[in-house]
Amino acid sequence: MSATLHHEPSPAQRARAAHRRRQTVLSVLIAAASTAAVGTLLAIAVTGAPGWNRVRESFLDPEIARDALPRVLTGLWLNVRLLVCCAIGALLLGLLIAVLRTLRGPVFFPIRALAAGYTYTFRGLPLIIVLYVLTLGVPGLRLQGMPPVLVLGGLALVLTYGGYLAEVFRAGIESVHPSQLAAARSLGLTYRQTMRHVVLPQAVRRVAPPLLNDVVALQKDVGLVSLAGPIDAVRAAQIATAQTFNYTPYIVAGVLFVLLAIPLIAVTDQVTLRAARRQSGG
Amino acid sequence: MALLRCRGLRKEFGGQVVLDGLDLTVAEHQVVALIGASGSGKSTLLRCVNLLEELHDGTIELDGEEISAPGVDPDKVRRRIGMVFQSYNLFPHLSVLDNITLAPRRVHRRSRTEAEARARELLDRVGLGAKANAYPDRLSGGQQQRVAIVRALANSPRLLLLDEVTSALDPELVGEVLTMIRDLKADGMTMVLATHEMGFARDVADQVCFLDGGRVVEHGPPEQLFGEPTQPRTRQFLARIIEAGRL
Repeated sequence: MSATLHHEPSPAQRARAAHRRRQTVLSVLIAAASTAAVGTLLAIAVTGAPGWNRVRESFLDPEIARDALPRVLTGLWLNVRLLVCCAIGALLLGLLIAVLRTLRGPVFFPIRALAAGYTYTFRGLPLIIVLYVLTLGVPGLRLQGMPPVLVLGGLALVLTYGGYLAEVFRAGIESVHPSQLAAARSLGLTYRQTMRHVVLPQAVRRVAPPLLNDVVALQKDVGLVSLAGPIDAVRAAQIATAQTFNYTPYIVAGVLFVLLAIPLIAVTDQVTLRAARRQSGG
Repeated sequence: MALLRCRGLRKEFGGQVVLDGLDLTVAEHQVVALIGASGSGKSTLLRCVNLLEELHDGTIELDGEEISAPGVDPDKVRRRIGMVFQSYNLFPHLSVLDNITLAPRRVHRRSRTEAEARARELLDRVGLGAKANAYPDRLSGGQQQRVAIVRALANSPRLLLLDEVTSALDPELVGEVLTMIRDLKADGMTMVLATHEMGFARDVADQVCFLDGGRVVEHGPPEQLFGEPTQPRTRQFLARIIEAGRL
């Protein structure tokens, strides 16, 4: 006997469906009403505040915003380029360190210890101190062929974020069940082949959401290279503010940063959602 | 000549002796079933033969060559031995076809075309040709286990180790896997299988070994071992199995 695809719902099922529809409409109406109420109250509270006019002049001046925008955008372009380079560098470094930490056998002890020492040190060190040491201290050595400050600053970001990303990768590697390794080794794959074809593909897929989350955090921190001289979006806004005694350029930079983050965060959310669906068997 | 010869195997886990001077000989084209209670060392024995576990004593010979000797490359040994696990252990990120061709391509350096042609041929033979591009989580347990067996066969192993391959399956799916193993026996594949399926062991095995306390307590053809066991421990074990309605 085969199951019929055409099914006439019973009165009981029709009543249940009608009730569910009414509940949905009601929920939407309540959500809309409460959002409108909260929004109105907030608007009244802010615009009705005694100092609102002063704040609007010094933070939301449209003319100053228009003047500052090109300069802030120029700075932002530096952020974007630095983000792309540093994200790639930090991901590669993190992956390398994570794999080195999984190597077994006494021969690899020094490598393992070095990799572990690296993640301990750079996750503990404040980024600003790494930046100062690399961009101000290292050039002081006056070595031949010293790279420009921007590269040194990028290196500081890569070193710091590489430490975090290595731990994320390591968590992913350790989450792959030992039976997967046994299966791969039983087929005659070497340790390296097992890592490359069986463990890492599964590990990276599993930790893609937290990896991307760290890249979103990196996006905000790349601006710190401005401490060593290069002018990023925030530094450009600061200069503009110093010239006009008006804080509007900061708001402009803030809005641009959020706009820049939206696509990255959207991708992260989507990857997370897809991973969750795959986990539940889809 | 014996294809596999284990002598005096010893294995401990944290002070507990799992294999205690175990001897086992398997001739070519022979099917040997390992039976015994949980913890009697069946799985450990199979993992030791495949060099997935470090031995604490004894020697293992495959085709007359001592594979447990120091300096032997375990990766090279494992290429000649296929292994199938209780929980299938398919690679979830790879399609059925890629699961099967991974070792032929990466270990045996076959071309993709060659490896895939052979994989499809093997899949067709077990009626899974239509599933070549599916991912493991889309298959039933029985289908996954049959893919796992095909994956082991794609390496053309000399010896196939089967570790409780039907234990994780729903009762109605056990049959399709057992049929496949029967077909392999007909093709002359040498197999060592740990199993709780006494009926199947009696049906397919040339030799049945009863393991207890890390040793082979009794072995012989199935009629003899199930019909007139000589050791009291074997009789006890079989009585419990019959009581549970498993024989």
